Amino acid sequence: MPVPHILVENIVKTFRIAQRRSGLWGAFQGVLRREYRTIKALDRVSFELAQGELVGYIGPNGAGKSTTVKVLSGILVPDSGRCEVDGRVPWRNRIANAANIGVVFGQRTQLWWDLPVIESFDLLRDIYRIGSGEYERARDELAALMDLEPLYDIPVRQLSLGQRMRCDLAAALLHAPSVLFLDEPTIGLDAVSKLAVRDFIKRLNRERGVTVVLTTHDMDDIEALCERVMVIGHGSILSDSTLDDLRARVTRERRLIIDLLDDGQAIEDPDVDFISRSGNRVHLQFDPDRVQTAALISRITAKYAIKDLYVENPPIEEIISRLYDEHELR
Amino acid sequence: MANPLALYTHYVSISLRSQMQYRVSFILGTMGQLLGTAVEFIGILALFDRFGSLSQWSLAEVAFFYGLVNVAFAVTDMLSRGFDHVGDLVRTGEFDRMLLRPRSTVLQLIGQEFTLKRFGRFFQGGGVLLWSTLYLDIAWSPAVVALTAVTVICGACFFLGLFINIGTLSFWTTETLELMNVLTYGGIEASKYPLAIYRTWFRRFFTMVIPMGCVTYFPILAILGRPDPLGTSLAFQYTAPFFGLLYFVLSLFIWRLGLRHYRSTGS
Amino acid sequence: MIQSFVLPYTAVLSARFRMILQYRAAAIAGFVTQIGWGAIRVMAMEAFYRSTNAPQPMNLEDVVTYVWLGQALLGLLPWNPDTEVRTMVRSGTVAYELVRPVNLYAYWFSRSLAFRIAPTLMRSIPLALLALLFFGMQPPASPEALVVWLAATLGAVLLSTALTVILTITLMWTISGEGVALLVSPVIYILAGMVIPLPLFPDWAQFALEILPFRGICDAPFRLYMGHIPITEAWTVLLHQLIWIIVLVAFGAWLLSKATRRLVIQGG
Repeated sequence: MPVPHILVENIVKTFRIAQRRSGLWGAFQGVLRREYRTIKALDRVSFELAQGELVGYIGPNGAGKSTTVKVLSGILVPDSGRCEVDGRVPWRNRIANAANIGVVFGQRTQLWWDLPVIESFDLLRDIYRIGSGEYERARDELAALMDLEPLYDIPVRQLSLGQRMRCDLAAALLHAPSVLFLDEPTIGLDAVSKLAVRDFIKRLNRERGVTVVLTTHDMDDIEALCERVMVIGHGSILSDSTLDDLRARVTRERRLIIDLLDDGQAIEDPDVDFISRSGNRVHLQFDPDRVQTAALISRITAKYAIKDLYVENPPIEEIISRLYDEHELR
Repeated sequence: MANPLALYTHYVSISLRSQMQYRVSFILGTMGQLLGTAVEFIGILALFDRFGSLSQWSLAEVAFFYGLVNVAFAVTDMLSRGFDHVGDLVRTGEFDRMLLRPRSTVLQLIGQEFTLKRFGRFFQGGGVLLWSTLYLDIAWSPAVVALTAVTVICGACFFLGLFINIGTLSFWTTETLELMNVLTYGGIEASKYPLAIYRTWFRRFFTMVIPMGCVTYFPILAILGRPDPLGTSLAFQYTAPFFGLLYFVLSLFIWRLGLRHYRSTGS
Repeated sequence: MIQSFVLPYTAVLSARFRMILQYRAAAIAGFVTQIGWGAIRVMAMEAFYRSTNAPQPMNLEDVVTYVWLGQALLGLLPWNPDTEVRTMVRSGTVAYELVRPVNLYAYWFSRSLAFRIAPTLMRSIPLALLALLFFGMQPPASPEALVVWLAATLGAVLLSTALTVILTITLMWTISGEGVALLVSPVIYILAGMVIPLPLFPDWAQFALEILPFRGICDAPFRLYMGHIPITEAWTVLLHQLIWIIVLVAFGAWLLSKATRRLVIQGG
């Protein structure tokens, strides 16, 4: 087996949090005495990523996603455990590690707010010590991929969210990192920008072999990009598998969506459960282990007047939400 | 390939350009700074008008103290606002962004902001300094000129050390700025008068714990050619500024400890 | 009826208090800072008083008390605009303030009131106690002096709040959320008596200092406290404060209406 590009082994990280009391009197008390409680942000987290893998890293807020990313990028030192990124221990070689990774936060830009985009890029060249030849090559390539040149002279504060995200992605990649951490890269973007960002991430991963860790709440991102998904909750990895395996493990059910010719009808069958109905469209659910899909469909088409019919997997949101329910998250 | 100095120059040019986008705010800010230090000097003038002298010190001498301290401090004040903002940067996550970059955090923080409006203090202090030299009889030998330059430079380094301390403390508490104001602005406030007028515990504190006197009072005595009422030797007065430099180096070391704390608690 | 009318203002007052009280470190830090500053000023004044035997308009003992009162009540000075509004101006969300179904001036006044009182309350009492016990600050000259001082302090709070609101309103003419406040605050600082006690200014300056509103924030209440202004003249201080409060509130309300009209026309 090749050496993993990212190795995480039994990482533990605890935080001490000051308790705030409520009310005016509580605030007064807080001035004098403060109580703390300890929380385990990461509780023996382990995983490995091969060079060029693209993995989705999901979990509810506060589950430990960003703590993991902070450990991997060398910002945080864990309490215990082992971790290597491209052969380096991130927190021991912060600077060397930083030169080899790129990080994008969807909520925050790393560009200089009041300056034209190109000036931020130029400054990053100096910060990352990129040679001018390499810099221009990398910049022009990224600009061509995401159509950035028209944005060069616009101050960042005047960019739309989608434009800004494209610039931020480029900014994180100017120094040609071998690992990219993306935190909610599509948050708040319009549909077109989302597609553009996803397309770019996919190409980056396929064509350049950049290892990508993607944390997101947008399950369409996961569906579009990730073969492998890791789910974290309460500081532990709950599931680490391909998307299909995760689906199969959490639920076997399939969706049956029927467009009826006559909206007065109600569909009744012992093997299906009713979910919802809007106008002529009825959403049903069945277990393919109990009844053969083909048999069920022929039975229903024989019995009712049907315009159209499809079988689908339940949406990924639902699978994740079930997984959370199983582990009593939220 | 950018060395730290080239990178710093780049930071400064960027900072200047963003400030120039808010020209009105810049002009008002500079004037505000000028006025803020000017009212302090007006206070000194009014007191000399009432009392004639301050112990054995003349108005021109006090003005020299006042001017030199403000010039040294203004230089640092222009460079080191970033350290004042560490608390905010930590809260907003911007500090994490600095840790994500392959550069020293100190360099990035100094580069964060070049505060042009602090020129207000610089001009005001410089003006008072020049005015005082008209009334003082300073023997400008090469040694005295050199000492003046060294005093300003070491003074600026010393104040930078204090600002680094402010930033370091922000790793532990969220609102520490004010506490350190005792040392920065309080120190400036104190240093505008000769250290000799203060009580013993205070003089000791600002010589031995926080060596503010070493970059203001003692070398200025040598520049003015006045014997020290406290009895220090000329040799000490000439070497004192280097304690300010030492303090700066020590502050960098403590910064590293603070950074280690931050990276293990993430708070 | 009255309760529902006042509720939004008291709610914002209480919320502000809670927010400010959370900053424990700020309270302690401010406390230490104020003591340090006070000590420096007192020592400098001592040195000046050592330099002369000529009689002065105020004796050293009174000056020391004056300095410590100033340190304890420093937070009352209208030295900066409401920081929340500054953030709103910077982010361009200040227009939302206009949507609230309340009198905007009264709303901002309540908020600035808390903004001035809460941090001051935190540090003034312990600081004054320490100064009284250890640093040579004198108790009030008489029980009557205490009473008129308290009345004048209430006037000072309102005066300061009225000025704070005006500073806050001027922010709306800028994009960066800074502005006139930067120029005004050093002026207020010296004219209120925070740099040196006002009686120590040259005699030719005294008339102007008496007329201007700023002495009502520090100087006049302090001198009532120590009996430097006799009780029989206390009414002049209170009247002076009252007139200026009315003038400044009226001016602030007028300025705010101009500012909001401008905001509406420009579309925020």
